[in-house]
Amino acid sequence: MRTSKVKAKPPKAPVSGKLTNDTLELRLYVAGQTPKSLIALRNLKKICEEHLQGRYRLHVIDLVKTPQLAQDDQILAIPTLVRNLPQPIRKIIGDLSDTQRVLVGLDVRSQPK
Amino acid sequence: MARASKRTNTAAAPRALPQLKKAPSGIAGFDEITGGGVPAGRPTIVCGGPGCGKTMFAMEFLIRGATEFGEPGVLMTFEETSEEMSRNVESLGFNLPSLLDQKKLFLDYVRIEPSEIQETGEYDLEGLFVRLQHAVESVGAKRVVLDTMEAIFSGFANVGMLRAEIRRLFRWLKDRGLTTVITAERGEGTLTRYGLEEYVSDCVVSLDHRVNDQISTRRMRIVKYRGSSHGTDEYPFLIDAKGFSVSPLSSIRLDHKVSKDRISSGIKDLDVMLEGRGFFTGSSILVSGTSGSGKSTLAAHFANETCRSGKRVLFIAFEESSAQVTRNMRSVGINLDQYIKKGLLHFRAWRPTQHGLEMHLLRVHDLVNEFKPQVVIVDPITNLVSANLNEVHAMLMRLLDFLKDRHITAMFTTLTANRGAEEQTEVGISSLTDTWILLRDLELNGERNRCLYVLKSRGMAHSNQIREFVLSRTGVRLLPAYVGAGTVYTGSARVAQEARERAEALREQQQLEEKRKEFSAKRNLLESQIAALRSELSSDEAAVARLTRQRNERQHRVALDREEMGKIRGVTPANQVVNS
Repeated sequence: MRTSKVKAKPPKAPVSGKLTNDTLELRLYVAGQTPKSLIALRNLKKICEEHLQGRYRLHVIDLVKTPQLAQDDQILAIPTLVRNLPQPIRKIIGDLSDTQRVLVGLDVRSQPK
Repeated sequence: MARASKRTNTAAAPRALPQLKKAPSGIAGFDEITGGGVPAGRPTIVCGGPGCGKTMFAMEFLIRGATEFGEPGVLMTFEETSEEMSRNVESLGFNLPSLLDQKKLFLDYVRIEPSEIQETGEYDLEGLFVRLQHAVESVGAKRVVLDTMEAIFSGFANVGMLRAEIRRLFRWLKDRGLTTVITAERGEGTLTRYGLEEYVSDCVVSLDHRVNDQISTRRMRIVKYRGSSHGTDEYPFLIDAKGFSVSPLSSIRLDHKVSKDRISSGIKDLDVMLEGRGFFTGSSILVSGTSGSGKSTLAAHFANETCRSGKRVLFIAFEESSAQVTRNMRSVGINLDQYIKKGLLHFRAWRPTQHGLEMHLLRVHDLVNEFKPQVVIVDPITNLVSANLNEVHAMLMRLLDFLKDRHITAMFTTLTANRGAEEQTEVGISSLTDTWILLRDLELNGERNRCLYVLKSRGMAHSNQIREFVLSRTGVRLLPAYVGAGTVYTGSARVAQEARERAEALREQQQLEEKRKEFSAKRNLLESQIAALRSELSSDEAAVARLTRQRNERQHRVALDREEMGKIRGVTPANQVVNS
């Protein structure tokens, strides 16, 4: 997978956190401000804050603005959340409404608050 | 349909008839059956089982569109990577990387890895649209190929969403006027496994790959073509070094141009049996006979004569190699080598089992187009007979049609299986051919002799004789027709019969001699009798003359006596009364 192709991205500011070895590098691919995308972003932020405090970095990528990334990163479904790091790559598609499934998908144990 | 096919190259030209606009696929034969290609600006589904050539069809449509019709294309492949695709089409002589560099094509490999993907909540396939849009825009594409897009069904669980998105995708493609080919796997009892044909209602092409007796045949059928007439048959097709080619079963019309020109068979006596001038050019000749009856020799004669007059011959041998044929023909005084060297005779020998009928047909097509012969000889066609006679029949009909269309004289030899059924060729193509020469062996008196017979020859007053022929060092020689009474004799029986006839003639001669002598004796006798009678007649005539003279003398004397008497009695001659 082309994990090195980060250069072409206009990343939004990292939402949170300092970097450690097991920092999750997450990207959320959306296509414009569609309701599904907005819901997904809201859900994701909530999950990150609740379960991944300080352990993640998030980029939101709008494919309407950078369509070539869809090919480079093999995005088909929208919205798609990609865990680029740590390897292997994980993809979670959908509006991320099921927190448990998202956590399983990201392969992180939920941390007690 | 034929009229429509002419439109292929001028698809953009305005037409009086409001016809569906078509985009030429560039695939040999396909544009002919569909009357111009796939519907322009609409999606077409190409479905079939694995290995039937769907991807090849789609690729050729795309690449030919980009290279020959100036329509850039987008290839979205769901199964094979760009490198694999390049390699696949490389064998057909297409250079995919160079087309990509020239921005004539855009390739997007959509990788779907179900194990990587977790679904939570609602989503759609907007990413696919984004990618497609990006691809179309970056090369200004007019054509799109989605190669086995059903693969997405394996990647996503939400089938309802997928169907809605596929429907949206086809709408999207149509709205943008993109001529699209979508390949799809055949399903159980349905055209496609996921029922894609439901969404694409414009044109559905079904490909099939079946094996009969270890020989595979690929077939194509236009299942549906909305708003256009199209051939409905199953058309055989091939994928070879030149790409995809479909061969229409037969020409639609029977309107070959005919010729009055003649072409010699190479055997003078045979020409004589055909009005003295041989075959019509552009006609088809069938030579049938049992094994060893001299079919190949007859064909070689024809080839030899045609080459001698400077014409080109394509000789396709299914039984013997080129070297073997030339060697064998040398034994009957035919030197074919010289014409092979001159390039007039093109020899092709291959095994009939080497490939399916379609391939044979296509190979002949290719050879004919390449070599442009005036005469094609196939020796023998019988070997093509596989399990399915109908297929052979159809194939030969197409071959004949093809050759006739190009005004090529065709000679086929065929082996008849057993005695008694000679008048019925195995392949049943006798009705398709114009001239049928039958060779048969007559077994008599412990020997086997060859006979030749022109069973039919359309359009000429051919001989009805059965002629014996011999293969000599100087070639085929027809013996003079035996015109005597009774049966035809061949071989030694013929010699015996001729001896008998000679004896008969001699006896007659002797009888005649005797009669002649008899007659001359009689003549002598009669002539002497005539002489005797004639002398008798002349002596009678002399007697009559003598009597007449005597009478005249007597009368004269009487007159003189009277005059004397008058003088004595003093009577002048004036008053003398003459009473006599």
